Amino acid sequence: MRLIAAYIIGLVFGTGIALSGMANPAKVLNFFDIAGSWDPSLIFVMGGALVTTFIGYRLVFGRPAPILAEAFQVPVSRTVDARLLGGSAVFGIGWGIAGFCPGGALPALGTGRWEVFAFTAAVIAGILLARFLQSRGESARRATA
Amino acid sequence: METVFTPWASLGGGVLIGASATLLMLFLGRIMGATGILAGLLTPSSGSEFAWRGAVLLGMVSGPLALLAITGEMPAVQVPISTAMLIGGGLLVGVGVTFGSGCTSGHGVCGMARLSVRSVAATLTFMITTFATVYVVRHVLGA
Repeated sequence: MRLIAAYIIGLVFGTGIALSGMANPAKVLNFFDIAGSWDPSLIFVMGGALVTTFIGYRLVFGRPAPILAEAFQVPVSRTVDARLLGGSAVFGIGWGIAGFCPGGALPALGTGRWEVFAFTAAVIAGILLARFLQSRGESARRATA
Repeated sequence: METVFTPWASLGGGVLIGASATLLMLFLGRIMGATGILAGLLTPSSGSEFAWRGAVLLGMVSGPLALLAITGEMPAVQVPISTAMLIGGGLLVGVGVTFGSGCTSGHGVCGMARLSVRSVAATLTFMITTFATVYVVRHVLGA
C-alpha cells in the first residue's frame, strides 16, 4: 500500500516536472538569463508549486499523523551555518552551468536521453565525494578534540 | 537557444509538483526532496527506507511517459551546453546539495512552504549563485 502510494505520488511529481519545463535545461537556463534569451516560465512553476504546497501542508499538518506512517518526519534544525549556505551556493553554480537540478533530472531519466543519465551519474559521484569529504572532516575533528 | 514562454503549462506543472509534495506528507509524512530521494537510495538505513524512495523514483521516471500518453508528446529536453559542462555541473550539484542538505524541491518548495529559516536562506543563496553563474557563463565567458 505504501509503495503504491509512493509510486503514484512520484508519478504526479514526474508528470508535473515534465509538463512544467523543469526537465528542459534550455528552458531553465533561459529563466536565469534575464540579460539574454529570458523565459519567465519558471516563475509559474515555482509559484504554482509553492502556493499549492503551502496550502496543502497547512491542511495535512492539521492531522495528528500521516495516513500510512506513524509520524511526520520534517527537519527541525533552525541553524543557518556556513555548511548550508556554502553547499547551496555550490549547488547554484552547478545548476547554472548544467541547467538540470535533481528534481528536474530524475523525471527526465524517463525520456531515455543519455545526457540526463550522464548528469545524474555526475550528481551521484558528487554526493559520494561530498560524503567522503564530510567523513574525513569529522575524523579530523575527532583527532584534534 | 530560445525557448517558448509557457505560463499555463508551467503553472499546471507547478501545481502538480505541489500536489505531489502535499500527498507525500499526507501519506508517508516525508519531504518531497529529489536530493533526499536520490541520496537515500545510495545508502538506505533499512529495506523499507529504500523501498518507498525507489517507488517514488520509479513514479518520477514514469512522468514523461504519462505526459506522452496524455498529450502525445514527450517533454522537450534541450541541452545547450557541452558534455564537460554537463558533467562538471552535475558534480557541483551533487557536492552542493549534500553540504546544503537539499535542492530546489526540498528547500525551494517544501522547506519554503514550511517557512523553514534554513530553506529560505538556502533557496535565496542558490537562486543568487545560479543567476550569477548563468550571467558569467553566457555574457562574460560567452559559452
